[in-house]
Amino acid sequence: MNEKRKINESTVWQIAAHAVMIIGSLLALLPFVLLVIASFTDNQTALINGYSFAPAKWSLEAYKYIASEWGTIGRAYMMTIVVTVVGTVLSLVITSTFAFAVSNDKLPGHKILMFLSIFTMLFNGGIVASYYVYSNIFHIKNTIWALIVPSFLMSPFNVVLVKNYFTNSISPSILEAAKIDGAGVFSVFTKIVLPLSVPILATIGLMTGIGYWNDWTNGLYFLTENGGSQYFTIQIVLNKINENINFLANNSELAAKATQQLPSTTMRMAVAVIGILPVMCAYPFFQKYFVKGITLGGVKE
Amino acid sequence: MSDKKVVPGKNAGKTKKKFRWKEYLPYYLLALPGVIYMLCNNYLPMFGIVIAFKNLNFRKGIFGSDWCGFDNFKFLFASKDALTITRNTLLYNIAFIILTTVFAIGIAILINEIRSKVASRLYQSLILLPYLMSWVIASYLAYALLSAETGLINNGILANLGMDPVSWYNTPKYWPFILTFVHLWKGVGYAMIIYYSSIVGISQDYYEAATLDGASKWQQIKRITIPLLKPTIITMFVLQIGRIFYSDFGLFYQIPMNSGSLYSVTRTIDVYVYNALMKSSDFGMSSAASVYQSIVGFVMILGANAFIRRVSKENALF
Repeated sequence: MNEKRKINESTVWQIAAHAVMIIGSLLALLPFVLLVIASFTDNQTALINGYSFAPAKWSLEAYKYIASEWGTIGRAYMMTIVVTVVGTVLSLVITSTFAFAVSNDKLPGHKILMFLSIFTMLFNGGIVASYYVYSNIFHIKNTIWALIVPSFLMSPFNVVLVKNYFTNSISPSILEAAKIDGAGVFSVFTKIVLPLSVPILATIGLMTGIGYWNDWTNGLYFLTENGGSQYFTIQIVLNKINENINFLANNSELAAKATQQLPSTTMRMAVAVIGILPVMCAYPFFQKYFVKGITLGGVKE
Repeated sequence: MSDKKVVPGKNAGKTKKKFRWKEYLPYYLLALPGVIYMLCNNYLPMFGIVIAFKNLNFRKGIFGSDWCGFDNFKFLFASKDALTITRNTLLYNIAFIILTTVFAIGIAILINEIRSKVASRLYQSLILLPYLMSWVIASYLAYALLSAETGLINNGILANLGMDPVSWYNTPKYWPFILTFVHLWKGVGYAMIIYYSSIVGISQDYYEAATLDGASKWQQIKRITIPLLKPTIITMFVLQIGRIFYSDFGLFYQIPMNSGSLYSVTRTIDVYVYNALMKSSDFGMSSAASVYQSIVGFVMILGANAFIRRVSKENALF
């Protein structure tokens, strides 16, 4: 009797849990499905019936238009990749070297360095001061560095994570042995510490890379349409289309192209689909590390 | 002899110091790029706070411009905007903190109950998916649903129910709900992962013992899972309370598409600063608002931490 009650209870829990999770998963997923279907909808149909999960007429015209405008979109794609790769590599170098220095607790001043880093989490000069410093002192506006340098290069959170990894997972005796063998600090760092730290570097590298791939705010502040449009990444192009649906047509190399040809209603969805495609495809492969990155970030040390 | 005795001692001390300096120099060199970056990215802007107390003239630069005392702040707080943006920032954050915690813990507990490993991993991936996307993409998804002419809600749902279409991007009353929903949609996966990893770390012994004693699932959740999650909940709470004066710029700028008619319910401090700085080039008002945010934000972090040090010291951040 008791046994039966228990089985029933656990079955009820299973069913309830699955039901709630299926609803939650659909809520998360369906907007993306709608986006993809909308991008394959006939523009006229979308104008009359609106975006729908089952459009009356399908069409590839949005993608054909993008293919004809590949100059702008393709360049934006290249920029996104360049910014993501360069930014992530630079960020890993700066973060790991700094973390290695502060992880040496015999180093005079390592506590001051750590405090300098932690304090940036607590207090900042505000957006206006940052904007002024970057645009009027470093003249970063309308250069590629505008997309790479501000805010993203070294996060104090990552410094803490890497420093903790260095102190907890690399045994001091290995470092001591290398030193006795006559290895200098730099070769200890590059030949021993870095190879042993691949897991943590991969994890924070992934999180930083996603940050760069998704960033649109640096471009919003530091790139103007007149002087910086050659540096627009795919996110910035998407943001510009939001502000002005004719952005692509206006920036076309075929300037004569008439605006009425623009399948604007479905085209914007197609650009978004192209923007998320690489992330969507790679997600199953990096999901494990992504989850690890989140759990590391959520646990303070 | 006696001289010799003293000198080596002195020399030993000196060489020791010199030797050490040589040993440490490479470490300082390795730290240098990070230090330079922090000085440029974080510490130089801290001095930029003086902009808020100046009548900024670009030709004269920050230090050449005339002081204007608290005039910028007087203008800001004399306007109705200061109250609106403070209220919006605080109320949305309070709602977000409470709802995210409740939903994330609920989902984490349910996922933990699911026996099928494949299903549980699939649900996790899907619920986390929105967190992976940028706010620009999120605004496209919202537009597909909310656009007055072509959106799915007006055309596919309201029309079928025989209801009038709603001009979503011009009707403020719906936006507190829309923004809260979008925030949960995008952010709950992240919080769920953190709580789920804590739940997985709870020893199975507790549950086995409870089951033997005849405790129901619900009792186990109430008496074992939630109490053992308390440290994680407190840490997350402190982190979020510390950021209560900051809003997610992407959510409040991208999702309403910076629509002016929605400002009364969508404009937070960050959106205000952006619009004042980039759209109206008003350095006075924007710097006053941004310094107001930095300073109150700093006080909030210190306050949240001091509070938690009183309540449970081991959960304090510093």
